[in-house]
Amino acid sequence: MRGLLIRDLRLAIRAGGGFGLGLAFFLIVTVLMPFGIGPETGILTTVAPGILWIGALLACLLSLDRIFALDWEDGSLELLATSPLPLEAVAGIKALAHWLTTGLPLVAAAPVLAVLLNLPAQGFGWLIASLAVGTPALSALGTFGAALTVGLKRGGLLLSLLVLPLYVPTLLFGAEVARRGAGGLDALTPLAFLAGLSLLALAVMPFAAAAALRVNLR
Amino acid sequence: MPDLGRYATEVLSAYAVTLLLLVGLIAASVWKARKVLRQLREAENRRDPSA
Amino acid sequence: MSIWEYANPRKFMATSGALLPWVSALAAILVIGGLVWGFFFTPDDFRMGSTVKVIYIHVPAAIMGSSAWFMMLVTSLIWLIRRHHVSALAAKAAAPVGMVFTLIGLITGAIWGQPMWGTWWEWDPRLTAFLVLFLFYLGYMALWEAIENPDAAADLTAVLCLVGTVFAVISRYALLFWNQGLHQGASLSMDAQENVADVFAYPLWTCVIGFLFLFVALVLYRTRTEIRARRLRALIQRERMA
Repeated sequence: MRGLLIRDLRLAIRAGGGFGLGLAFFLIVTVLMPFGIGPETGILTTVAPGILWIGALLACLLSLDRIFALDWEDGSLELLATSPLPLEAVAGIKALAHWLTTGLPLVAAAPVLAVLLNLPAQGFGWLIASLAVGTPALSALGTFGAALTVGLKRGGLLLSLLVLPLYVPTLLFGAEVARRGAGGLDALTPLAFLAGLSLLALAVMPFAAAAALRVNLR
Repeated sequence: MPDLGRYATEVLSAYAVTLLLLVGLIAASVWKARKVLRQLREAENRRDPSA
Repeated sequence: MSIWEYANPRKFMATSGALLPWVSALAAILVIGGLVWGFFFTPDDFRMGSTVKVIYIHVPAAIMGSSAWFMMLVTSLIWLIRRHHVSALAAKAAAPVGMVFTLIGLITGAIWGQPMWGTWWEWDPRLTAFLVLFLFYLGYMALWEAIENPDAAADLTAVLCLVGTVFAVISRYALLFWNQGLHQGASLSMDAQENVADVFAYPLWTCVIGFLFLFVALVLYRTRTEIRARRLRALIQRERMA
């Protein structure tokens, strides 16, 4: 299992592996938002938590089809399926690799980008917490979506259509945490819900994704 | 037509949209059903013209 | 006489063919009758004015929009566990119907909210939950269309339906939290069921039952088409191989 994880991490970090792309996209989206909304500081401060969360979510979304696509194309997914490693574990490792190479960097980049959007100082801690707790759910659900659409030629858009509704609760709670934190309010309740959601996603996803992979590998 | 007062446009458009969508759904279902039935009969004929 | 007999396509076709005219006729009578009753023969509400007439569409559509998804959940489970094709096809057939009902619920909900909110759309948790449900319908239907192999499509969409249900339900509660803390308190709830006077309730229930029959009729009808389409596909594949 560790071997698979290290292999996936190496593949992602390698040139062309898409490691920096998620971060770059996050940056671009965050910069683009004020262009669309207007530079007024008051407004930006209000919408900063939401923009950062949506930017992170979209950046996650973009890198989802890579989770299984490469292995599907060169046949290694079939090999993994027939290996002694249970497919559920494979899905779990893949999700973990995705989070480490996409989710975690987003968490690290968020405070920097939050400065651009005039996020109030008290909101930074809560922002990081919300993303740290919520991005695992994004990776887990995204892995499920990727498993459903693996092998489809233009799967990218369909993947987004399938995964974005699943992302709604995570986004709702995550952005709520960031918003309350930025407003100086206590955000523990939504954070707790968010954590519960992530745990649920992590618990359910390996089985659902493995089931989908088995169907697609038939 | 009952007097719908100041909400006449809203109420009427609500009913109109609903009718449109329902009729559209029924029409699409019927169209697809007829098409599939026709193609199925043709395929069955090709397979076994005496049937 | 077990319900599983209808898992046999031939038996399903025979029975649904016999039932369909009656169900459709009932649906037409109840829906048209109920709507005419509600539109022409009921008074206005002192608060909402004539927009109260929208409930005769909105409430039945909303009820059926979510019931449809629940029906899809059950039939998807039956497919996954017992592998009855009729079940999978029934879920596929029901999706567009549920989607249209949800859409009607959304549009009429927004219109009904107008006198209360002053705008065409408000992120009311209940209405927004329907918007999310609408998106789930779209994704489900798109997945059916995207997968070539029908059995694979049935399996994948069934799993999606399961996972989707969990998250749709969670969304419902998350939305309540998002817009109104955890308290439903002073919400401008769209729940007309609370104190609906008889003069409104009777035509309303007529419409609800009518929409139910309409749903059943459409799903029976569309499932028949799907069963035929499946047979057609099998025949064409056999032709290609010969």
